[in-house]
Amino acid sequence: MAVKLFAAVSIGSAVTEMKIFEFTQKRAMKEIECVSTRINLGLDVYEQGRISREHVDELCAVLGDFKRTMSGYKVAAYRVFATSAFRESRNKTFLCDYIEKRTGLDIDVFTNSEQRFVDYQAIASVSAEFESIITNATAIVDISGSSTQISLFDKDKLITTQNIRVGNITTRENLLPLSKNGEHFERLIRELMDYELTGFTKLYQKDRKIRNLIVLGGGLSEMLSMNETEEIRTLLQKREADILKAETSADESARRGDSKKEPGVDKTEQSGKKAASEKEPLPGRGTGSEKESDGRIIHSLTKEQYEMIYKELIAHTPGEIAKKYNLPSDMTDAIIPSAVICRSLIESFDVDVVWMPGFSLNDGVAYDYGVRMGLLTRRHSFDEDILAAARSISKRYKTGQAHIRNIGEIAVEIFDHMKKVHGLGQRERLLLQIAVILHSCGKFISLTDVSDCAYNIILATEIIGLSHEERAIVAYTVKYNTSRFIYYDELETKTDLDEKEYMIVAKLTAILRIANSLDRTHQQKCSNLTVTLKEHELRISVASQADLSLERGAFEEKVDFFEEVFNVRPVLKQKKTLNIACVVFKVY
Amino acid sequence: MAGTVFDKPEYFTNREKSWLSFNERVLGEARDKTIPSMERLKFLSITASNLDEFFMIRVASLKDMVHAKYTKKDISGMTPQEQLDMISVEAHELVKQQYSTYNRSLLPLMKQHGLEVVTGHEKLTKEQAEAADRYFEENVYPVLTPMAMDSSRPFPLIRNKALNIGALISKKEETDEKTSKGEKAEKAGKAEKTLKAGKVHMEFATVQVPSVLPRIVRLPDSEDGTKCVILLEELIERNIDRLFSNYNVVCAHPYRIMRNADLTIDEDDASDLLKEIQKQLKKRQWGEVIRLEIEENMDPKLLKILKQELDVKNDDIYKISGPLDLTFLMKLYGIEGMEEYKQKPYQPQPVPGMIDPEAVSHIRPEEERAAFSSGTTQGHGAGTDIFAQIRRGDISLHHPYMTFDPVVQFVKQAAADPDVLAIKQTLYRVSGNSPIVIALAQAAENGKQVSVLVELKARFDEENNINWAKMLEKAGCHVIYGLLGLKTHCKITLVVRREEDGIRRYVHLGTGNYNDSTAKQYTDCGIMTCQEPFGEDATAVFNMLSGYSEPKHWNRLALAPIWMRDRFMYLIARETQHAKDGLPARIIAKMNSLCDKEIIEALYEASAAGVQIDLIIRGICCLKTGIPGVSETIRVRSIVGTFLEHARIFYFLNDENEEFYLASADWMPRNLDKRVEILFPVEDPEIREKVRHILQIQLDDNVKAQVLQADGTYEKIDRRGKERLCAQEYFCEEAIREAHEEKRASEDALDPVKTRRFVPAQPEEE
Repeated sequence: MAVKLFAAVSIGSAVTEMKIFEFTQKRAMKEIECVSTRINLGLDVYEQGRISREHVDELCAVLGDFKRTMSGYKVAAYRVFATSAFRESRNKTFLCDYIEKRTGLDIDVFTNSEQRFVDYQAIASVSAEFESIITNATAIVDISGSSTQISLFDKDKLITTQNIRVGNITTRENLLPLSKNGEHFERLIRELMDYELTGFTKLYQKDRKIRNLIVLGGGLSEMLSMNETEEIRTLLQKREADILKAETSADESARRGDSKKEPGVDKTEQSGKKAASEKEPLPGRGTGSEKESDGRIIHSLTKEQYEMIYKELIAHTPGEIAKKYNLPSDMTDAIIPSAVICRSLIESFDVDVVWMPGFSLNDGVAYDYGVRMGLLTRRHSFDEDILAAARSISKRYKTGQAHIRNIGEIAVEIFDHMKKVHGLGQRERLLLQIAVILHSCGKFISLTDVSDCAYNIILATEIIGLSHEERAIVAYTVKYNTSRFIYYDELETKTDLDEKEYMIVAKLTAILRIANSLDRTHQQKCSNLTVTLKEHELRISVASQADLSLERGAFEEKVDFFEEVFNVRPVLKQKKTLNIACVVFKVY
Repeated sequence: MAGTVFDKPEYFTNREKSWLSFNERVLGEARDKTIPSMERLKFLSITASNLDEFFMIRVASLKDMVHAKYTKKDISGMTPQEQLDMISVEAHELVKQQYSTYNRSLLPLMKQHGLEVVTGHEKLTKEQAEAADRYFEENVYPVLTPMAMDSSRPFPLIRNKALNIGALISKKEETDEKTSKGEKAEKAGKAEKTLKAGKVHMEFATVQVPSVLPRIVRLPDSEDGTKCVILLEELIERNIDRLFSNYNVVCAHPYRIMRNADLTIDEDDASDLLKEIQKQLKKRQWGEVIRLEIEENMDPKLLKILKQELDVKNDDIYKISGPLDLTFLMKLYGIEGMEEYKQKPYQPQPVPGMIDPEAVSHIRPEEERAAFSSGTTQGHGAGTDIFAQIRRGDISLHHPYMTFDPVVQFVKQAAADPDVLAIKQTLYRVSGNSPIVIALAQAAENGKQVSVLVELKARFDEENNINWAKMLEKAGCHVIYGLLGLKTHCKITLVVRREEDGIRRYVHLGTGNYNDSTAKQYTDCGIMTCQEPFGEDATAVFNMLSGYSEPKHWNRLALAPIWMRDRFMYLIARETQHAKDGLPARIIAKMNSLCDKEIIEALYEASAAGVQIDLIIRGICCLKTGIPGVSETIRVRSIVGTFLEHARIFYFLNDENEEFYLASADWMPRNLDKRVEILFPVEDPEIREKVRHILQIQLDDNVKAQVLQADGTYEKIDRRGKERLCAQEYFCEEAIREAHEEKRASEDALDPVKTRRFVPAQPEEE
């Protein structure tokens, strides 16, 4: 079959949504159906700590409908995943089991970092423009019920991602009872946000100017895109015309879909201006939109435009907003807190443009599927982002970058040559790289208890793109780098890892230990080395004039464990003369 | 200044008044001598059934308001009571006209044409009387249930809308001789005298004219071959003595009541009314009689009893000089042998562009003949791949000039097509045994995902709808019963098909119901398209109808009750702005009814700014034309013809960037606020021209069109010096011509001599 269909179902804290995508021969992904309904699971969890039976039943009914639609489309595969509401519900295990039994659908519960990664994939995948946006410092902000996730990009690399415990539902529930009136409510949220953000800006933003803010969730993009009032539409066209004028030559192809409207645009602009000057005291109140090649619209607003809409929004009750913007009323409750949160971010980051792509997690999940199944080609290297995120964490803990680079090269070299023996793949290779990058961050806290500190730091730090299990693998690997390896049967504390995953830990640990030992002195003496695997021997030849005594000493300590794990014994050889004929393998 | 100026009550016509004037226009057709006489009967029948519905829905609703002491004025400034008073006057006048048309024009005309309705059983010839009595004996008598009222038996329950015969009876004295039927009248006279003397005790009795039997009883033809019929109630009256054997029948007269038995409040009325009425529910008079029709010469004593027992006021009594309930005329229309006095039934034509020469060429002539003789071809279209047709370009449909077949084929082929994954459709009023319903069930059995929205609240059709909805469920369709509090009135079908290059969605959008039988009488428009934006929107519509959230964005469609009103207001305001800017501005809108205040005010504002506005409104129009400074540039015309004008078409000049729309909705509050309706643009350049043509021909009609005058009356157009143009006839002829040309062209395409295309014949495969 030429065309493959995939269904992605997200069970969010306010909205449960299914999207069906089509992967065409042209290696493109196209959304062909989107069904959603509002089930406020987040509020349940917030109020009762668990999801209520009524909502579970409702959810099952909805999932049943979704399943029927999926089978109607004869989808090749599907993925159902739940986000924060499930994650934070104390009955999530029972819940998943019950729903799986009742609907016959498997449910994944996303960890926060997995979710963010998918978020990020969603934007990166759908929008070709993304690459150009993130060359300037950009913050991606996902406003959800109980928290706000902020991911910082600069020079098209991810710098950090942080979760702030200020969400639109929690603020409404917590602060509304305390506030005297709308204005006061707004001020309370701002104070809370400003406080939360000071730490963040100091740590990560530093002197960067964050030009772009990409806002996901919170109902803000829905508010703009559902805004079918013609007034807005006219202004929207007006801004389109402005953009057109500004960059006529540059960007015509992207907007070809709109070419039909072009002759009318100028006129609309004129009349729009006239109308604005005559009776509308709000001249700039408009939204810009970028038309994607696949027809999707990314709304964008300048800081001033956002301010204009914000002022208007704040002046209204949720009911009035619902009416004005044609939104379901249960959705508007959260919009005001979202708008305030967003404004605080604009102010503290000094943002120029706010983007509201209105994409959902489902886009990212489908994209992920497409890439994994070889139906799509990646537009953006996500592995690089994950590594960049790890590097920025390690920088925060002042680790020696040269040392890390050096043993990273060695570790990858060993990993690649041991492929036949360890049988691990690209993903594990990435985990090894991350483990290398983070292996010494514990020193920041204590020089004597490095391994446990590093372990705890890693478990407590969000690394975008890694699942909880993967993070645990990295943390254990780092821990056992310097402390005694504890075998699975010996493990006293519970672990989230199963035996298979623990096996990965062992393998990565063995490699990391060897690699680490080869820069014992942190002087990168072994930067020129070749690795060869011969039956039960892994020969590591280092071309160096330096004194390798300390390295050799450390190396010998680690050899036994390596042999235990792989049944291969590493051997270190030093070649003191730089032989040109000798093949120098240089990694990176 | 805007907004305040245009909402004066005197700028609006009361909607009931406008409706009554619409019914008068229909009655005008019954009085039109240029129309074949049998057709005139039909129109008269329609006025009668229209009026019944009007009473049951509108009058009942107004009565409720009066009882609930609801005094809010309508847009024309009338209180409910004032409206009822007005209706009573107008309706009495209308009924008078109906019967004068019946008695003075149609009855004599029918007789002239050889069809006699014997107006009284006294007038039967001996031979006819014998046949009538025999019929009574064998068929009628067994099903009659006479009921009497006396001290021990309360007044019986009289069924809503049923025809009854009321009688006064007195105990037979032993001395009474058996009187022959001819003497009955005389006897009644005597009885009355004795009654006046106050000696005889009289009782009320009533018998329902059985609805299970045909109202029209055929009598033997007269010697000159005239067909004779008599109404059932006359037969019963003639034999009424036999029902009360121990009594003398003093007098007997037909009567008919209409009750306010419908518990639902008409959706057109304000929602605050509903609350008010719910509060008053206990006080409400259940089953209150809102109209009593009686034979004109009914005995006053009998009337007094009816009046008292049914608790009906003088204003609500209609004295009828002729048979009650003229809807039987529709049955009379069906009598055979009168074809020369009927309009030739029009045969809906194949849709141009849908006669597929290639598909035709695949069918060998002998196959075609075989199919024809076995009756398996569906006229046309059966052999063509409708999805290929739609892929080639959007298809426009104009019923009933063009056949409804493509719509049926659309569903039928989808049901059988292995590549079709899903079919979704809204069904509002469907004909019994609808081929569409059968095809949907078939599709579900073929493993397609079939979702059908069945609107149960369709007026008067509930029971019918439930039956086939259950049938569909059994077949495995997913049946949705609409949204709470909203009637689903939009007409949309979506077929999802899996094709080489991906999922493709085919959409049919229409202005009329998916009803193959009304499609022969209602004029409607529709389009079929596989344009992606329409497909996406259609998918979103069905998701919404299944209770899921609205989409983030609509590509083309504007739906009521959320977006459509705003869209219309915007479109009208845009023309107003153009006019203000000194640009040409024009609106043409065709619909069934216009009574939405907000829209009318916007139109007034547009007119005041100089927008040229033409409205083609068949029924109610609360807008007034010719108000200086308010509606001088608005022209309203109504077309009432053989077919029921039903399409909704909207045109906006938009500063030379013309926009055409079709919709399922009228400009009525109920359509815009309480129903799920769809407004969709016409984008295909060819179809836009077709729609423009439809509007233009309707605006040029000078036969059936009547123009609304400033005084609220409608006048026919002075045709002097103009060529006669009847839009409906024009479209019929045009459709025949186009189909014919198309057929010839496709035949030519197969003719090797004409095309110079010589195709080697293939041996037949075994």
